[in-house]
Amino acid sequence: MDRDQTEVLIAAVAQAAADAQAISIVGSGSKSFLLPDVSAGAAGSGGRLLNVAEHLGIIEYRPDELVITARAGTSLKDIRQTLQREDQLLPFEPPAFRDQGTLGGALAAGLSGSSRPWKGSLRDAVLGVRLINGLGELLRFGGSVVKNVAGYDVSRLQAGAFGTLGVLLDISFRVIPAPRMQQTQVLAMSAADALVQMRAWARQSLPISGLCHLDNRLWVRLQGAESAVRSAVAKLGGESSSDADFWSRIDNHQHPFFQSEGTLLRQRVAPAQPLPENWDGLIEWAGAQRWQFQKESASEPTSDWLPFDHRFARAQCQRPGGNMLLGDYQQRLRRAFDPQQLFNPELGHADSAA
Amino acid sequence: MALAKLQKQLTSLLPRRCLITDPAALKPYECDGLTAVREIPGLVVLPESETQIKQILAACLEQQVAVVPRGAGTGLSGGARPIADGVVIGLSRLNKILEIDLDNMAARVQPGVRNLAITEAVAEHGLYYAPDPSSQIACSIGGNVAENAGGVHCLKYGLTVHNILGVKLQTIEGDELLLGGPGGDPEGYDLLALTCGSEGMLGVVTEIWVKLLPQPPVKQVLLMAFEQVSRAAESVSAIIASGLIPAGLEMMDELAIEAAEAFVHAGYPLGAKAILLCELDGVAEEVAADAELVKRIAQAHEAISLVSAEAPADQARLWAGRKAAFPAVGRLSPDYYCMDGTIPRHQLATVLEQINQLSDHYGLRVANVFHAGDGNLHPLILYDANVPGELEKAELMGGRILEICVEAGGTVTGEHGVGIEKLDQMCAQFADPELEQFFRVKAVFDPPGLLNPGKGVPTLARCAEVGGMHVHGGRAPFAGLERF
Ligand SMILES: Cc1cc2nc3c(=O)[nH]c(=O)nc-3n(C[C@H](O)[C@H](O)[C@H](O)COP(=O)(O)OP(=O)(O)OC[C@H]3O[C@@H](n4cnc5c(N)ncnc54)[C@H](O)[C@@H]3O)c2cc1C
Repeated sequence: MDRDQTEVLIAAVAQAAADAQAISIVGSGSKSFLLPDVSAGAAGSGGRLLNVAEHLGIIEYRPDELVITARAGTSLKDIRQTLQREDQLLPFEPPAFRDQGTLGGALAAGLSGSSRPWKGSLRDAVLGVRLINGLGELLRFGGSVVKNVAGYDVSRLQAGAFGTLGVLLDISFRVIPAPRMQQTQVLAMSAADALVQMRAWARQSLPISGLCHLDNRLWVRLQGAESAVRSAVAKLGGESSSDADFWSRIDNHQHPFFQSEGTLLRQRVAPAQPLPENWDGLIEWAGAQRWQFQKESASEPTSDWLPFDHRFARAQCQRPGGNMLLGDYQQRLRRAFDPQQLFNPELGHADSAA
Repeated sequence: MALAKLQKQLTSLLPRRCLITDPAALKPYECDGLTAVREIPGLVVLPESETQIKQILAACLEQQVAVVPRGAGTGLSGGARPIADGVVIGLSRLNKILEIDLDNMAARVQPGVRNLAITEAVAEHGLYYAPDPSSQIACSIGGNVAENAGGVHCLKYGLTVHNILGVKLQTIEGDELLLGGPGGDPEGYDLLALTCGSEGMLGVVTEIWVKLLPQPPVKQVLLMAFEQVSRAAESVSAIIASGLIPAGLEMMDELAIEAAEAFVHAGYPLGAKAILLCELDGVAEEVAADAELVKRIAQAHEAISLVSAEAPADQARLWAGRKAAFPAVGRLSPDYYCMDGTIPRHQLATVLEQINQLSDHYGLRVANVFHAGDGNLHPLILYDANVPGELEKAELMGGRILEICVEAGGTVTGEHGVGIEKLDQMCAQFADPELEQFFRVKAVFDPPGLLNPGKGVPTLARCAEVGGMHVHGGRAPFAGLERF
């Protein structure tokens, strides 16, 4: 599928800018559970919905360049299959939520999967974007080469901005060769012990690309040359798992853990930070990302725990980590790209600070 | 006037040793590594603490005096080039490693710490800081952040932006912004990524959290020689396409090989048209398997010689020629001008040939020694500043090389930054609305426009003047015509 909607999208934004009318940007809707209802935003206030899912297709992919450039509406599934044919993959393993996510949505949400500490985050792999800002201007930043310091790094700034800085059109991502071999080991161990173990392994050169603890079990993913994986398996011990989909179920929130009762909270911390008392959550990223459900009865979690639903997306664009000063700069930056604050009003504005 | 007032104000705030006003003492600050462009600064301040930096910035804001941050001054694009009626804030005295956090594999350092000093400080724990610009014994980590510096090993380990966890940024209006931290991945817009490569135009970086990595247990270096530049270039693409990512993959052409060999006797094969240096690292089994693969690729591309170094001393000898390549080339000619364009790897052979043609056309020799795995070219144009017109010719040719990089789908700067040097070429890479967007980003952090003014982003007026024959988005006007 190859459909270039650049002109249509520019015209739509330019018209909205002329009419000072708000726009809610929607893709496939796979991450709508992360976001406030768009009917509360542009659509609710007489604004319009701008669907970018129709702007799709892979523009350029050369395996020997380790770069793929595609339109924002291209499905992650298409991207994954295209890369797979050449034994390559996106290093950051983005969640595709019910396999419907788009490339633009992945960049806008900025979410990375299990490999993040070893292969880098989504923003680490961004090389370039084309976008439409709030003035209806078509802008190109970065490019398709891995080293590029011409101008401010506006491309990486789009990661996690939830479309508030512009309508993403095309994106170039760095890709990596698929590992020649992969194996998952499971070790029985308490969370506290697992944290210590993960930190010890982090200090050694091991072909690890996933460390996750849940229900008294430490999951270890090993990837690399066959000989390297085998010798690591011998060294780390544990039982080998045949559950090849474990990691993708964690990344896509399809693991039963994510079906628990309560509000899903996420925390990003220095990986060695001790666990709270009575911990019964999920630890990822060798300790650096943690999840738990807040039960109604429980006491308030510390402020660095953010709900992983629409309040999360809003905080993302408004009051990161509760730091008002930083939030102020965020708002100014938003206005630098979208002076009339047309894009995604449901994600909050300076004057409506929640 | 403003400067005199500022000087008075700073004299009352800071110890005498922090201020440099004497013309002779100001001289060493007149340029950075781009020595062709010089200007004596109005004043140099060498703060010794973060508090002093804040005081200096506040005073500059009050007096409306422009500020140029400076690390070690090794930058190659004039980013730290002073302004006659402005202040240079030299950060060299903030050179302490504040904290080494082994549990979290991170270190908190001041901006004036030398790049290599970080690795030296953590080596006893089996750790290191990955980005290794060739200038690493001298350049500062603050300057690395400001330029998003790369190095020989960034093919596998990434640039500065991939290896820092957080920074503390002081804005000209007195705000202290904590961007990221040992927890990494900040919430909200990624201002940390925006700070990397911002060339001192958004704020002064006063603290940096860097990421530490375990030293790889095994390394192997392969030296491959070729009779044709194109075969070496094709090998680069083939190695990348084969599914392995070397720690480093560097290329040198004939002139660079000869210069390096005469200078450090690294054992490079004279007569070869190009060599590739490929470093593999990791666990022993993986390195052995990868080395076999690289050797087969080299043979398939008719490599005329192949040397493998496994002992650290032999590896160091092979790298010595590459690391000393700039000064080695410097011995061939009174002056040289170092370019920094990046291109897609598959364009290497074509672009190197175009550079050759330019070299013939302008009558200036060019040595190529560069980060081939990243497609990051460093053509060194040899010239003699004492011959009237040669510098201008070198600059003209350099500008043309960068435009070729843009036409090939690349960029005018891979790691050295725009500074004042590549302002004109920025006009070739960006259209007016993009430049205006950059200015709006700048204004978020620096509304009065006092931080490193005139660097990084050209004004629209300047681009209009440069105008005329420029390419944009790979489309040159009159693309069919030969343009030298
Ligand atoms: C022989 C040689 C080899 C080199 N090799 C490489 C290489 O392999 N890879 C590479 O990337 N570069 C290389 N460089 C270029 C240079 O070393 C890097 O750009 C380096 O990052 C500059 O650091 P510095 O401390 O010298 O910064 P300076 O030159 O002092 O400053 C550079 C820029 O950073 C700003 N700045 C400095 N400190 C701060 C701060 N604390 N806060 C805000 N802004 C600040 C300055 O205003 C200026 O714009 C090389 C240079 C030389 C001379």
